Amino acid sequence: MSGGFSTLFRKEIIRFWKVFMQTVLAPVLNALLYLLIFAHVLAGHVQVYPGVGYTAFLMPGLIMMSILQNAFANSSSSLIQSKQSGNIVFVLLPPLSHFEFFAAYLLAAIVRGLVVGLGVLLVGLFFADLVFARPLWIVAFAVAASAAFGAVGIVAGIWADKYDHLAGVQNFVIMPLTFLSGVFYSIHSLPAFWQAVSHWNPVFYMIDGFRYGFFGQSDVDPWLSLAVVLPVAVLLAWFSLRLIASGYKLRH
Amino acid sequence: MPPAVRLRALEKRYRTVHALHGIDLDIEAGEFFALLGPNGAGKTTLISILAGLARPTAGSAEVLGHDVIRDYREARRNLGVVPQELVYDAFFTVREMLRFQSGYYGLHRNDAWIDELLAHLGLTTKADAYCRTLSGGMKRRLLVAQALVHRPPVIVLDEPTAGVDVELRQSLWAFIRRLNREGHTVLLTTHYLEEAEALCERVAMLKEGRVVALDRTANLLRAGEERRLELTLSSEALPDRLRGRVIGQDGRRYVLALPEYGELESILAELRGHDIRVDEMTLRQADLEEVFLKVMGR
Ligand SMILES: Nc1ncnc2c1ncn2[C@@H]1O[C@H](COP(=O)(O)OP(=O)(O)OP(=O)(O)O)[C@@H](O)[C@H]1O
Ligand SMILES: [Mg+2]
Repeated sequence: MSGGFSTLFRKEIIRFWKVFMQTVLAPVLNALLYLLIFAHVLAGHVQVYPGVGYTAFLMPGLIMMSILQNAFANSSSSLIQSKQSGNIVFVLLPPLSHFEFFAAYLLAAIVRGLVVGLGVLLVGLFFADLVFARPLWIVAFAVAASAAFGAVGIVAGIWADKYDHLAGVQNFVIMPLTFLSGVFYSIHSLPAFWQAVSHWNPVFYMIDGFRYGFFGQSDVDPWLSLAVVLPVAVLLAWFSLRLIASGYKLRH
Repeated sequence: MPPAVRLRALEKRYRTVHALHGIDLDIEAGEFFALLGPNGAGKTTLISILAGLARPTAGSAEVLGHDVIRDYREARRNLGVVPQELVYDAFFTVREMLRFQSGYYGLHRNDAWIDELLAHLGLTTKADAYCRTLSGGMKRRLLVAQALVHRPPVIVLDEPTAGVDVELRQSLWAFIRRLNREGHTVLLTTHYLEEAEALCERVAMLKEGRVVALDRTANLLRAGEERRLELTLSSEALPDRLRGRVIGQDGRRYVLALPEYGELESILAELRGHDIRVDEMTLRQADLEEVFLKVMGR
């Protein structure tokens, strides 16, 4: 790579770090509120895995949810902001290859997802007895899932003409996918129909595999989850790269 | 050496607009070239295709022999574009923007040149100011600096002086001229035609997506309106020998044709011979603006 990639990547990191109140602290606080409310209401009523308290059970789901939402938010909001203000030309004019362009936005999204996820994790340590049974699985699922949603963010950011469109994707795609994935519960507690539906939801596998990394227990085999999540991430990343290369909505 | 810019049968259609109708154009390396035309003529569209910001519907565009689609990285490396729109990134300072822009071209230690650019463009004191705090003319100058961070052999300026004050306009052109003398090719669009006339060796005029005039500036001026002499005389009567020259008359005010400067002398002598005094005299010469209006009026 010519070095253009490293600059664009760095710029994307600085961009969100300059407003970390909004891009890091706010989402961490958000997750904390979920944690306090759900843990307070449900703790003692629900035990999903033997020996795992509900608050602890909840944590990986919340962390993963934060990772997904923030990876998505990073690439999508950066792109739409640049498109709307017109300063996207600053990255369209230089000789960045399609791949460099793609990689910079995707990696920055992954970093943002992981930074927020780490923030939620650190805060969560005060509230729950977390264990880290299989740390490699934790890392693998965190990276793959943030890559998948960072790629979705690239696609949405390129496609959207206004923030309203992005909000649409967030409310009609991202939110349902995350809420119907077992963030707050084991899907085994759902009626059979919704269980079946959840099995078609890739986010379910992201969270289930991620949770396995903490507790060594999960609803489905973590290898199955990985076999779903990795191809999904690769496919989404590939699609976002093709979209960039095509010039769709970026180069008229 | 391949031409700095080569366009062949270049077509651009937007959904409802046919913006460019088969443009053929060569701009040689080292030229100072003006692309003129009224609003909506297609100047920015042409530049956008050259810069890869827009995709041609048909035909081809090359920068120093590099096709802007197939060989897009080399084409873009050789091109520096000042966009027409006043765009900036509110998140960053002037220096940060210029460093990022350098980095995108793979230049990671470019501060000496960045400082020089800032000085030439009168932005030194604003180096650490956030871009959103710059005045409109300063934002425009920052765009010029950003386009030049990688010392592009081909410089394209889309109305670079819109909103820039007189003094800075002078120093901006002095700087661009210097770059041109050092071998950079310059392509500019402007609605200040006297700028184009003073700076550019060659001019293309665009009208509704077609090149309607393309020549050396000097040739265009020569072929334009002929020189005219406007006189206000002490009498309404004109010597017979001057009757043939009259283009217009309004009382004691005459407009006479003056194909050659040398004839001025004999005209004045003729008037003196008839005891006619000259109260007022103006020599009018075709400028690019007149040529432009004539070409566009066709
Ligand atoms: N992105 C776009 N989508 C649709 N139509 C466009 C787009 N960009 C330009 N056009 C149309 O193409 C034509 C040429 O526009 P262009 O911006 O190239 O003109 P111009 O010569 O640069 O004018 P000006 O002097 O006002 O800058 C206009 O009719 C314009 O409306
Ligand atoms: Mg224009």
